[in-house]
Amino acid sequence: MLETRSLAARRGFATLFQGLGFALAAGEALVVSGPNGCGKTTLLRMLAGLSAPAEGEICWDGASVRPFDAKLREAVAFNGHLPALKDELTAFENLAAWTTLENERADAQAIDRALADVALARRARIPARALSQGQRRRIGLARLSLSRRRLWILDEPLTALDSDGVEVLETLLAAHLEGGGLVVAASHQALPVPTANLRPLDLATVPGGSHG
Amino acid sequence: MSPTAVPQPDAASVSAAFAWALGRDLRIALRSKAELGVQLMFYVIVVSLFPLASSPSREVLATLGPGVLWTAALLASLLSLPRLFAADFGDGTLEQIALSPRPLPALVSGKMAAHWLTTGLPVAVLAPLLGEQYAMDGTELWILAAALLLGTPILSLLGAIGATLTLGARGGGSLLALLVLPLYAPVLIFGAGAVDAVRSGLSAGPQLSLLAAGLLLALVGTPFAVAAAVRIALD
Repeated sequence: MLETRSLAARRGFATLFQGLGFALAAGEALVVSGPNGCGKTTLLRMLAGLSAPAEGEICWDGASVRPFDAKLREAVAFNGHLPALKDELTAFENLAAWTTLENERADAQAIDRALADVALARRARIPARALSQGQRRRIGLARLSLSRRRLWILDEPLTALDSDGVEVLETLLAAHLEGGGLVVAASHQALPVPTANLRPLDLATVPGGSHG
Repeated sequence: MSPTAVPQPDAASVSAAFAWALGRDLRIALRSKAELGVQLMFYVIVVSLFPLASSPSREVLATLGPGVLWTAALLASLLSLPRLFAADFGDGTLEQIALSPRPLPALVSGKMAAHWLTTGLPVAVLAPLLGEQYAMDGTELWILAAALLLGTPILSLLGAIGATLTLGARGGGSLLALLVLPLYAPVLIFGAGAVDAVRSGLSAGPQLSLLAAGLLLALVGTPFAVAAAVRIALD
């Protein structure tokens, strides 16, 4: 489903990684680990179609895709380390704006339910600037729960989440993988994914890294 | 690498994307009214400083008027440009917009339209009032407003190209001024020229037609240029 061939990333003259190839099938979660600065976020942005690889190619459903490919944009839910929340808008409005943008037919009730699932029901109607870091991440989780995209790309999904939040993430990931979805996540901690679906990738072991 | 089957966005999805971006940006702008007020106050103050600094004779003021009102409109537009994309770039919204299945040129068009409605349009409405300070008569004020109505959208459109190209650049604000102000020059020349023409007893038709032509050209071209610049900025 998602496949890379001899993928390489450079920053300036430094090679972050090269010759990276993997194939991820439906229902599998690729968890990328490695020290800071080894190119985890760079890899995720390439797979999301935000930036072009220095070398190699990325294939989605058997076809080679370039950055901002239309097919990839239909399939990817990208949850980067930036929250993409507008402080001026409420949690509800933020979520409603995103579901509309992404064509995820979700009505007001579905959005309210998604916010209730991440324990934000009572904070849904106040501006997002009044929310804590963890609550902001929870809006991201609510967004994933409304998403019917097949490929979830998550950059450090555990950051700022409390144990309840991690539990919500676990449920979401399990349901997504069971439904044949794919997950690519960068994480320093162990991601709550069933081991049968887990495909670990340690970028430090990929050749080309200039780090120790 | 199949070149086929790239779905072309249809009219409905284009207008939906445009409406989405326009509505969202307008809503955010209305919630941060102070920022809008600052820009308008800036325009009012700059325009009002010139009569204080120069001779109060009607002739001098009447000569200065159109140029001052237009230059101040350029500066007010420039002042608001960083806000157009920088906030969305900083909080990750721009990534999500660029990754959405909706057509990006339509989305950025909605943002540019919201920018004009919140900065260009108020300037065009205010200008005839401020023109009174420059001893401009009724016809001149009407022509001034008409020229600004045609010209300020061009400022928002051209400015958006500069704003996206300078995303993420250090000292983006001053770089933006260097990049955008020369592009604004033709708009300034024809805009201020329209009022001068009326004062000399000529028709403002040619200047207004040129502004309208420039606007059409910018409307067609800039959404694609800005969309391309957004993708480059995110890479």
